[in-house]
Amino acid sequence: MAPAWTDKFIRYPTIVLAFCLLLVMVLSAGLGKLYFRGDYRIFFSEDNPQLLAFEQMQYEFNKSDNMLIGIAPRDRKIFTPERLELIRRYTEAAWQTPYSTRVDSITNYQHTEAVADDLLVADLVPAEQPLTAVEIARIQAVALNEPLLRNRLIAADGAVAAINITLQLPEQNQHQEVLDVWQAVTAISAQLQQEFPDVDFYHTGIIAMNYAFASEAEQDVKKLVPLMFLAILLVLGWLLRSVWASLATFVVIITSLLSTLGIAGWLGIFMSTATVNVPTILMTLAVADSVHIIASMQFALAKGYQKSAAVSYSLQRNLMPVLITSVTTAIGFLTLNFSEVPILRDLGNLTAIGVMLACLYSLVLLPILLLWLPMRPVTDARQHTVIQHLATWVIGRQQLLRWSFSGLVLLCLGLLTLNQINDEPNEYFAPATEFRQANDFMEQHLSGFTLIDFALDSGQPSGVNEPQFLSAVAAFSNWLLQQPEVMHVNTLTDIMKRLNKNMHQDDPAFYRLPESREEAAQYLLMYEMSLPFGLDLNHQLNIDKSATKLTATLYNLGSKELTNLESRAYQFIEQHYPQYQLAAASAGLMFAHIGERNMASMLKTLPLALILISVILIFSLGSLKLGLISLIPNLVPAIVGFGVWGLMIGEINLALSVVAGMSLGIIVDDTVHFLAKYKHARSEGLATERAVSYAFHSVGRALCITTLVLVCGFGVLIFSGFRLNSDMGLLTAMIILIALIVDLLFLPACLLHLDKDKDKSHVEETA
Amino acid sequence: MLKKLLSVFWLSLLFIPAAAEETDLERGLAIATEQKNRDRGWGDSESNMLMVLRTAQGRESVRRMRTLALEVEGDGDKSLTIFDEPLDVRGSAFLTHSHPTVEDDQWLYLPSVRRTRRIASRNKSGPFMASEFAYEDMTSFELEKFRFRYLGDEKCGELTCFVLEQIPVDTFSGYSKIIAWIDQEHYRVQRAEYFDRKDALLKTLTVEDYRLYLDQYWRPHKLTMHNQQTGKSTDLILESINFRTGRTAADFDVAALERAR
Repeated sequence: MAPAWTDKFIRYPTIVLAFCLLLVMVLSAGLGKLYFRGDYRIFFSEDNPQLLAFEQMQYEFNKSDNMLIGIAPRDRKIFTPERLELIRRYTEAAWQTPYSTRVDSITNYQHTEAVADDLLVADLVPAEQPLTAVEIARIQAVALNEPLLRNRLIAADGAVAAINITLQLPEQNQHQEVLDVWQAVTAISAQLQQEFPDVDFYHTGIIAMNYAFASEAEQDVKKLVPLMFLAILLVLGWLLRSVWASLATFVVIITSLLSTLGIAGWLGIFMSTATVNVPTILMTLAVADSVHIIASMQFALAKGYQKSAAVSYSLQRNLMPVLITSVTTAIGFLTLNFSEVPILRDLGNLTAIGVMLACLYSLVLLPILLLWLPMRPVTDARQHTVIQHLATWVIGRQQLLRWSFSGLVLLCLGLLTLNQINDEPNEYFAPATEFRQANDFMEQHLSGFTLIDFALDSGQPSGVNEPQFLSAVAAFSNWLLQQPEVMHVNTLTDIMKRLNKNMHQDDPAFYRLPESREEAAQYLLMYEMSLPFGLDLNHQLNIDKSATKLTATLYNLGSKELTNLESRAYQFIEQHYPQYQLAAASAGLMFAHIGERNMASMLKTLPLALILISVILIFSLGSLKLGLISLIPNLVPAIVGFGVWGLMIGEINLALSVVAGMSLGIIVDDTVHFLAKYKHARSEGLATERAVSYAFHSVGRALCITTLVLVCGFGVLIFSGFRLNSDMGLLTAMIILIALIVDLLFLPACLLHLDKDKDKSHVEETA
Repeated sequence: MLKKLLSVFWLSLLFIPAAAEETDLERGLAIATEQKNRDRGWGDSESNMLMVLRTAQGRESVRRMRTLALEVEGDGDKSLTIFDEPLDVRGSAFLTHSHPTVEDDQWLYLPSVRRTRRIASRNKSGPFMASEFAYEDMTSFELEKFRFRYLGDEKCGELTCFVLEQIPVDTFSGYSKIIAWIDQEHYRVQRAEYFDRKDALLKTLTVEDYRLYLDQYWRPHKLTMHNQQTGKSTDLILESINFRTGRTAADFDVAALERAR
């Protein structure tokens, strides 16, 4: 059936070419609609429980998108006239940041002092006159003793300060808004950097993270895609020994790529940290189809076929394998649809679409190109003898291979348990990236990037004024401060205590919580009346004052530690204050939970994909036995890969949890090609050894080539600025390489045992 | 509309320099002076007010207060605000002596601790009682506080309005400018736009339900301030107002704070 219509294509090349061109043009018209999105929310589906909790928190209290600028003099001295002036000027300039609603630093901190019956509220660092040593000492004493400032906007040792810009993005065009903010802030830093060359500036905060997600993704495209092209060009040219064959492959790759990204544009799928991998992965996968077709054609030419006959021969041989491997690869990528992470679903769907398009172009467009381009036969005696030796060696050492591989698999099954799920947004970035360096510096010298917001609800309007409730809040914040993970706690009770002291002529004995409901309410009224522009109590109290929010700043923690702290906090309230409701939320918590949720859903879909793929194999190979045997080379690579990963690194992030499904679809291809040829030989009456030997001969070279290309392709991802992508690339490349080894060593050894001929003498004869 | 207006305005700057510029400034000041003059002589007033705070999601919280006000010729007005609701703050009182050019004087009395504190602050740009109104929106309108510029005429509802740009003189103001629509018939502010220090639109004020008192003084019974950046809003509702109740300066001195109930 196959030759009939594939030959037709070859007979009417112009029509087919016109069709392909039209298809590419229509699809790639969607490219204009492609855009980048970098905000961290792309990792979460709309019904993600942690996202919902986070949004609820933002409804109750103010939204808190921010940019945090670390100011680090090299001599570690903030409290000098020049540095305070620098911070004051930066603070002043930062008000001009687009979408900013508030700027906070030690210089514009509203310091309240009680002098006789007057409450003096003023900027801690006044603008007017040059500061004397006495004033600086006073400013230092106030700043380092104020819980609202210390370890938040000023390091306890006075070495590093920070400026916090609170922002309200309209969220019309988030990518552009983030870019505007980033550019405005870094421009201020660059300008002041010139004036103060001995001071370093660091940029972090939610906006910096969103910017980093988007800009690193763009970097990936700019850096990795050309690198990938280069790698493929070199590998193809070397392996196919033909510039023209490489060129034809390139046309297939480019058309597949343009069409797929065009479809992404038409579907409204945006480019993100995950979907930027589509071009790289797709290029790799598209190469595999072409290589098989070109290799067969070269083989036929070497046999003395005419060009069109050689193309026809190649299509005849490869139609089914290419189709099946494409479908299984697509199935592997489609398993990502069960991921909890929307952008990983996009990655899966786009790659699946792209793989099928690449299959189409390889079967339709490529043959025509091969007809037109000058092609010559390629025979490589050296490679053949290598493969011949390998086949003989495998057959001779089959016993040893079976035992050693079985042992390895058992060992790796044990090593699997060394893997721990961990998702931290900070760790998603490679240590060399600007965002990661800023974060690591700030964590070490001032304040961590990770935080958790806790909302404690009294259950009644104005309930926060109740002395019992306030003492619960104070107890909870004290408990939080005692936890080893916690750096700083921002709590209303600190403000209450300070107001009480202010109201009593700054008598330190009154640095305590108010004693009655009225007193608390009236202090809050006084506090509200003294708040500066852009600040209201809403970031700590909800509108009917039934609940208050505490913010705990944490050391950069792993997701296990973070969720652990969260549940301990729930336990504390449950145990000591069961009458109040606690809710915890933050971006960090969202990431901490997503890894586990994603892994759980991916583990559930893996068996499904495995069964589906096995069923396809059973039917296409026409053999239940071979279909079942195929489970071995399909499962072993992932087990060994993750086992080795557990030994080497031991940390699984959400990108890695999809590697098993994704790589399954790819490595099945090798199995299909090998088993198809083996089956063909067996059906022609060859004995097991002979059939194995035949399979080695006919696909050994192609398998090595495609594996090399795939390993290069995923290997390129290692250079990504994202650990999500570099880890995924590294592990997938590892698994694909292991799959080749398994297909060439373990699979034949297993076939020799499990698909043994009944007639023993026959075996001995050939061995 | 505003854009068009502004472009006309900028074009006029290009073609007719200095002279026209001067007249726009003069005309602006003239409108503001007329506005101020029409509101002179009301003496003193007592009003009941309701303040409704609203989050971007529409959740509300209500505060009630009484305000006594005294007109002071040659200086800013004096006002005393006594809080009635929420109950926890009942009896708290806030006294302001506003001044056209220097810092306002402010005192707060808290009944729970029976103490009065003078609050010395340059914090006029801060929110008034957690609302979207700032202190500077609440204090009396004084000509010395702004530089005015007439921008043109525009329809505002049924009426025709002067469009007036007001640039605060005080560097501690939270605004770079305010654009006010003042009706030409009675010189009443109908709406206003407030721009923050980076010149982005911060808040819009709409003023409704003007009623005439003493045959001369128009008072709005509903002011709505909408924060365009956060989505929050505040309604200030005047429930009742009485004029010339016989208050004197003695009712607005610091000692009066503790007597106020």
